[in-house]
Amino acid sequence: MQIPAPFDYERASDVANALALLERHGPESRIIAGGHSLLPMMKLRLARPEWLIDINDLTELEFIRREGDQLRVGALTRHTALLESADVAGLFPIIRDAEQVIADPVVRNRGTIGGSLCQADPAEDLSTVCDVLRAQAVIRGPDGERMVAMSDFHRGPYETAVAQNELLYEVRFTIRPRSGSAYEKVERRVGDWAIVAAGAAVGLSSDGTVEEAAIGLTAVGLDGTVPEAEAVLRGQQPHEDLFVEAARIAAAACHPVDDQRGPVDYKRHLADELTRRVLRRACARAAGAQEG
Amino acid sequence: MQISMTVNGDKVTREVEPRVLLVHFIRENLGLTGTHWGCDTSNCGTCVVLMDGQPVKSCTVLAAMADGHDIRTVEGLAAGGTLDPVQQGFMEEHGLQCGFCTPGMMLSARALLDRNPHPDDTEIRQAISGQICRCTGYATIVRSVQWAAAHPPGWDTGADAETDDGAAGGAIAEEVTA
Repeated sequence: MQIPAPFDYERASDVANALALLERHGPESRIIAGGHSLLPMMKLRLARPEWLIDINDLTELEFIRREGDQLRVGALTRHTALLESADVAGLFPIIRDAEQVIADPVVRNRGTIGGSLCQADPAEDLSTVCDVLRAQAVIRGPDGERMVAMSDFHRGPYETAVAQNELLYEVRFTIRPRSGSAYEKVERRVGDWAIVAAGAAVGLSSDGTVEEAAIGLTAVGLDGTVPEAEAVLRGQQPHEDLFVEAARIAAAACHPVDDQRGPVDYKRHLADELTRRVLRRACARAAGAQEG
Repeated sequence: MQISMTVNGDKVTREVEPRVLLVHFIRENLGLTGTHWGCDTSNCGTCVVLMDGQPVKSCTVLAAMADGHDIRTVEGLAAGGTLDPVQQGFMEEHGLQCGFCTPGMMLSARALLDRNPHPDDTEIRQAISGQICRCTGYATIVRSVQWAAAHPPGWDTGADAETDDGAAGGAIAEEVTA
C-alpha cells in the first residue's frame, strides 16, 4: 500500500492567504492543486513536504479569458476546461492537441495547467506547448507580481523560476494573426507519458511566408525550442523540403536517453517524423486561420 | 483533523490523518468496500468515484481534499432498491466478468450519461479510457453503457421525472409493442 509520509494540511482561502501560508510554513511546505503529480511522488517518498497547502478552493485562479491580444489562463484551470474551451481550440489548437493526449479524462478532471508547469517533469506536454507558444508566466509572491518568459521559467527537470514563497498565478498567450500550431505525441498506451512528442507554432505574413516559427520536443532532453531549426523556416514559403530540413536539425539537437520507453535511435526517429508532421499541420492551420 | 462530506447523500464526519487517501477513507473509515483499490498510481481507474458529479481517481485525492464536497460511490447508484440503468446495463450486456474494474467503470459511465445522454461508441470509449479491464471486456462494457443510454431512469414504468408526461417510457413501450 502506498501512503504518503505524515504531513500537515491547510486549505488556502485566497491567493494572499496561500502566499502567507507558504511564508509561515517555510521551505518544507508545498502547494497542492490537482495532486496528480505531487501525491504519486509523495507516495514514493520522492517528495516529502511537511506541509501541504491546498489551493483547490481558489476559484479566482480558474479562468480562461481573452483580453485584447492575450489569452489569459489561470493556474488552477483544469485540463478538462482547457480541452473543452472553444477559445483555446480556435486560437491555439496545439493546446487542444496536447490536452487530448495528457493522461486520461478522469485525471484531466483534476490536473491543472499550473500544476503541470510547476511540476516541470521533462516528459510533461504543456511545458513544450507553452515553450513553442512563447507564453509568459505570471508569478505572485510576497513582493507582488512578476512576468517570466517561458524560456526562463524552466530551470531544468522539476525546477522552475517559481520560488518557494511564490505561486504561479496565470499563463498568458499572445494571439497572433495568421498563426497555426500543432502537437503530436507517441505513447505506449493511452494516458502514458510521451515516448517523444513534438510541438510547433508558426505565424505567416500576409504574403504567406513564415514570419515566426517555434519548434519544441518533449521527453528528449531539450531545453526550450530549437532556434536553428526555426531559422530554416523563417522568411520562406512553407514547403515540405523545409519541414524535412527543420525536422532533421531538431532531431539532431535533442538528447534522448535509452530507457523502458525505447532506444535512442527510435526516439530520434520519432523526433524527426513528429516534427515534420506538426510543422505540416501548423502551417496548414495558419494558412486557414482567420485574419486577426 | 476533522473532515465532513456528503457520501451518497449522507453527511459523514470523521477524524483522519491528513495523509489518508480518499479511497481508504471510503473503504476503511466508512466501510463502503464497493469502491475498489487497485494500482495506487492513478492508472487503473477501479477507484473512480464521483466528486461533485465528476469522476476522480480516489487513490490520488486526499480525504482532506474532499472535505466539504459531495461524493458518490457505487453504493449510491441504486435508489430505493432499483438499480441504476448503468448497473442494469452491465447485467443485461455482460459488462463484467471478474468485476474488479466494474465500480469505476459504472461511475464513469454514470457521469458520462449525466452530461451526454446519447454518447456514441467513441465517446464511451474515451470516457473509460483511464480505466483498465483485464478480462478484456471493453466491447461488452461499451454495449452495457449503450444499453443504459437507451433505457434512462423510469424507462419501464413511464415514470421518468425528467420528461413532461412520461413520454420517454411510453415511446419505448410503444416501440416494443409495435
